[in-house]
Amino acid sequence: MSLLSVRDLKMHFPVKEGVLLRAQKFNRAVDGVSFDIQPGETLGLVGESGCGKSTLGRCISRLYVPTSGTIEFEGQDITSLKGRALMPFRQDIQMIFQDPMESLNSRHTVGDILAEPFVVQKIGDKQSRSKRVAELLDIVGLPARSASRYPFEFSGGQRQRIGIARAIALNPKLVICDEPVSALDVSIQSQILNLLVDLQKEFNLAYLFIAHDLAVVKHISDRIAIMYLGRIVEESSGEVINREPRHPYTRSLISAIPIADPHNKSQRQVLTGDVPSPINPPSGCRFHPRCPQVMDRCKFEPPDLQQKGGHRIACHLEDV
Amino acid sequence: MPLLSVNNLITEFDTDEGRVRAVDNVSFSAEAGKTLGIVGESGCGKSVTALSIMRLLPQPMGQIVGGSIILGDVDLTQLPISEMEKIRGGRMGMVFQEPMTALNPVHTIGRQLTEVILLHKEVSADEAIRQGVDILARVGIPSPDIRMNEYPHQLSGGMRQRVVIAMALACKPDVLIADEPTTALDVTIQAQILELIRELQSEMGMTVLLITHDLGVIAETCDDVVVMYAGKVAETGGVFDIFDNPTHPYTRGLLASIPRLETPPKSRLSVIEGMVPGLLDLPEGCRFQNRCPHVNEDCESRVPELEMVSDNHHAACLRWQELG
Repeated sequence: MSLLSVRDLKMHFPVKEGVLLRAQKFNRAVDGVSFDIQPGETLGLVGESGCGKSTLGRCISRLYVPTSGTIEFEGQDITSLKGRALMPFRQDIQMIFQDPMESLNSRHTVGDILAEPFVVQKIGDKQSRSKRVAELLDIVGLPARSASRYPFEFSGGQRQRIGIARAIALNPKLVICDEPVSALDVSIQSQILNLLVDLQKEFNLAYLFIAHDLAVVKHISDRIAIMYLGRIVEESSGEVINREPRHPYTRSLISAIPIADPHNKSQRQVLTGDVPSPINPPSGCRFHPRCPQVMDRCKFEPPDLQQKGGHRIACHLEDV
Repeated sequence: MPLLSVNNLITEFDTDEGRVRAVDNVSFSAEAGKTLGIVGESGCGKSVTALSIMRLLPQPMGQIVGGSIILGDVDLTQLPISEMEKIRGGRMGMVFQEPMTALNPVHTIGRQLTEVILLHKEVSADEAIRQGVDILARVGIPSPDIRMNEYPHQLSGGMRQRVVIAMALACKPDVLIADEPTTALDVTIQAQILELIRELQSEMGMTVLLITHDLGVIAETCDDVVVMYAGKVAETGGVFDIFDNPTHPYTRGLLASIPRLETPPKSRLSVIEGMVPGLLDLPEGCRFQNRCPHVNEDCESRVPELEMVSDNHHAACLRWQELG
């Protein structure tokens, strides 16, 4: 049984306009996404801004109530659970955010921030909590005295360690990492990636790792899903995605990544145009206005995500 | 003969906690028609260097206290502001990271673009509009005559950055200073913008000073590289020197720590331990000492000067020769 199983998930946000502020249109941020995550596995989710990858993460952690579709966690449907019924799953599914300055309360000490998950879940007493806080700080590589200090006293990398300590406090099974290293400098980024890999091995964590940097995602992921305008267009192991990308979007994405090797001035396949708006997505295949290999059929008929061995791909070129 | 050369530049800021030297004795030069990259992590002084060159340091806190910045045969640090204003947007164009903050939200694209042209060229308003439309078309903006009457919020991030580039290039500058021009953009849009800068460069023959934290962008676009660390130049050289034969331990550490598409998944990335020292409590001696795997007593007392590794390749490390 999969740890997490998402089927045909949709999240449409109403766009209110006009004098009466009625929702006339919808922002189809996530529009029919299905995937599974196994225990201890990392699924990387890559896409450009506005493709819906963060919204998808927030639906799964149930910060949003999805418009339709199902989210099953260990076989239980959590799509529309509310309040108390959701509490046990809040322990199992945790989140790490991009900006650790915005996601840590600046008026609380680090000790309070890390003890809060236990307070909310009514676990332990004051003494056992502070013991666990010291353990957590040690696990993420911060000195024990950090507990009495405030977030602003720490650097970006250290704050992200605090965010990670909070996320693993309740021994979750799935951690949703939303761009956890994008705001960090390169030398700090590698420290945090190493920490995430170590924690995964030690606690058998599953990650949904959301990022726009394919090299980072490939480093940490077992499988990678590529998203474009609210849908998954391709999914496979990181190696295969990198070596033999099949979807034209994945190919241009990979060729657009600047490589830190001046001998390899890659032959770029530069995509023209911008990502269209998810409020009024293109008909047919959503990538067709930018696709270098567009066919007539692509303009009208949306391609299905087809399973081909270990590979999933949504492109009409597969039938040619 | 370099077009732009920065010599022993020292820039300081007054802060609540005291005077901070953000750029300390920085020297480099950019050859005409080439791209020079300045790379470093947050707080290394790369943006302050750019602002010093443009003389756009926040006033009154930021001041150039030493050194010279020579463009052609003029020392920019000695110019009165009125002269400097003619150079900015004229001989020297600039592109910033966030196009939304670089553009004025309440003026149309056309008004902002023609402002630059009217300021620097003796042309009529109609001619300025015509030139504006031309340059918008040149940077790849579809239906430029319509866009002239639109406001920045009506454009996407990539399109806005194209407008900023159009403004910077409107007067055909000799030097384009681009401070993280693609950091706020998606990779596919980043590729478009870098391609555009490259095309325009070969067409107009301008010198580009590209400031970024992304070593990938440096490798793909630059001819020469300056690596900065904590306000000083750690290493400088041609792009092949820096990537094939990194000599300063910081440069080596940086190159080793980036995940690459071909490294095996979940393998250990090498790291640079610790953190950049704060500018208020800089150590004596080498500024990289607290993170350097090769530190010895000498590094704690002597400040390393840039030494010649090969012709065009210099590193500021006391031990570079022993490290091999």
